[in-house]
Amino acid sequence: MSDHEYTPKSKVGKWFNDRLPLLTLANHLTDYPTPKNLNYWWTFGGILTFCLITQIITGIVLGMHYVAHADLAFQSVEHIMRDVNYGWLIRYVHANGASMFFLAVYIHIFRSLYYGSYKSPREVIWIIGMLIYFLMMATAFMGYVLPWGQMSFWGATVITNLFSAIPLVGESITNWLWGGYSVDNPTLTRFFSLHYLFPFLILGLVVLHIWALHVPGNNNPIGIDIKKPSKDTVPFHPYIVIKDAFALLIFLLIFAFFVFFSPNILGHADNYIEANPLVTPAHIVPEWYLLPFYAILRSVPDKLLGVIAMFAAIFVLVILPWLDTSKVRSTVFRPIYKQFYWFLVADVLILGYVGAMPAEGLYLLIARVATAYYFAHFLIILPFLGIKEKTTPLPLSITEPVLGGSADMAMARNNPDFKEKL
Amino acid sequence: MSDSEKKKPNRRDFIVTATTAAGAVGVGAVVWPLVDQMNPDASVKALASTEVDISAVEPGQSITVLWRGKPVFIKRRTQDEIDSARAVDLSELKHPEKDEDRAKNPEWLVMLGVCTHLGCVPLTDKGDYGAWFCPCHGSHYDTSGRIRKGPAPTNMEVPKYEFVNSNTIKIG
Repeated sequence: MSDHEYTPKSKVGKWFNDRLPLLTLANHLTDYPTPKNLNYWWTFGGILTFCLITQIITGIVLGMHYVAHADLAFQSVEHIMRDVNYGWLIRYVHANGASMFFLAVYIHIFRSLYYGSYKSPREVIWIIGMLIYFLMMATAFMGYVLPWGQMSFWGATVITNLFSAIPLVGESITNWLWGGYSVDNPTLTRFFSLHYLFPFLILGLVVLHIWALHVPGNNNPIGIDIKKPSKDTVPFHPYIVIKDAFALLIFLLIFAFFVFFSPNILGHADNYIEANPLVTPAHIVPEWYLLPFYAILRSVPDKLLGVIAMFAAIFVLVILPWLDTSKVRSTVFRPIYKQFYWFLVADVLILGYVGAMPAEGLYLLIARVATAYYFAHFLIILPFLGIKEKTTPLPLSITEPVLGGSADMAMARNNPDFKEKL
Repeated sequence: MSDSEKKKPNRRDFIVTATTAAGAVGVGAVVWPLVDQMNPDASVKALASTEVDISAVEPGQSITVLWRGKPVFIKRRTQDEIDSARAVDLSELKHPEKDEDRAKNPEWLVMLGVCTHLGCVPLTDKGDYGAWFCPCHGSHYDTSGRIRKGPAPTNMEVPKYEFVNSNTIKIG
């Protein structure tokens, strides 16, 4: 929270604020000192908030027309597409909105990885973020089941069967999840209920995520600690608000392109066939945003170990703040990590690609190598690199290279003025 | 802390422990119905058995029926298929089961058409063993429905069934 006390100007405002300090909160949010060097990779927090709100609003509206029943769900979705006023628009925004949400969250996560935003003192922000990401995947998966098409049904079958890999109690757990002996009407109705609930849990976690962010303040592209407020910061409003709004508009252009020009390109044609428990589609693939994990699952030839590997791939991210031993946050000052960072990006993209391909021959081999590298990055390279890597010198402040008077940072550092500031 | 300083449990400690224990039981009693409501309900369990007319199935043919929401393969095997299933050395199998135990009547193989990997329906007359192949993650099954290659851990499950008469099988 900002240090200064805030008193509303109006009498009514003061009366209210003394009883519930909402205006103090609003003032904190507008004045919130933000590093002045934030680049456009920092605009995705705002974009993600927009995505969540969009999904909640379109979802509530769709829920007014959708029928969660195995015999009626498929028709009710077609009814939304053909009969409901603007139903096609609302559904396409919701369906593509999920993809846009994941696109933004992946950029947001990789921003964090590049600039070391997960490191001390921001570990809790990162862990809450990972919880949000996990809930997002669960929500998206259950939402994909609701139209009750072939991909819905068989995706649900494959994913719920992951739990059957658990020794001894696996079968009881899957029957409990299904409410029967296979994916059927009870499964659909509970998925609908939970799909409606989870976004609100995510919303709650987003509040905690932002709260936890506002304690240490934003990380920044050079990753050094800064004094707040100081020459290195600008108030959130209007500087960051206007920048976020501009980035959001660009993002909306891409969003609108998908919604209006290729609304089905990210989906699967098979999902326009009603669910049939007797026929499995020839090639089951999850939505694009789950493909890297799907590739990891399939790259392990053992059922239980495959499931463990898939969940471990998410878990290594949760414990990342302790796996990365380097104290230097920003990749800008880590020449060797920078290369490994881009290897990881390529590795995840490769996993995503092979996850969409049949699990055989060369694809399987590539998936195995990429899976091994994924874990090696987090479990071997990061802990080791933090100790061995020689990082380049950090500037003392965001403004130092400009105001320090010298391009030579070593000289600026020896300047007694700056030493004092430390 | 020395023994003499150790606090002896008094009546208040007893009350705290007893209250906590009673509270835990109460919470459990409230949570269990909320958890158990998700288990298969009475109407689902009521569909536990189904009778199938198999009189029209020719040798080499296979039919698929729905039982408890899951497909059941009923395959009338040819002599070649029976022979190849029975000739397999058990040591070659990932999940060793004799074909004699899986198909009491060798001509009829009845099993859940559910891949034991992640629950897809395998395709009939496909794969390396000319029997079943799961398209999802590439599991190959032999003419006895036993896993031979791929990620599935076990053979396809044989449900409880009986021949009501020579033309009818009751599953479940």
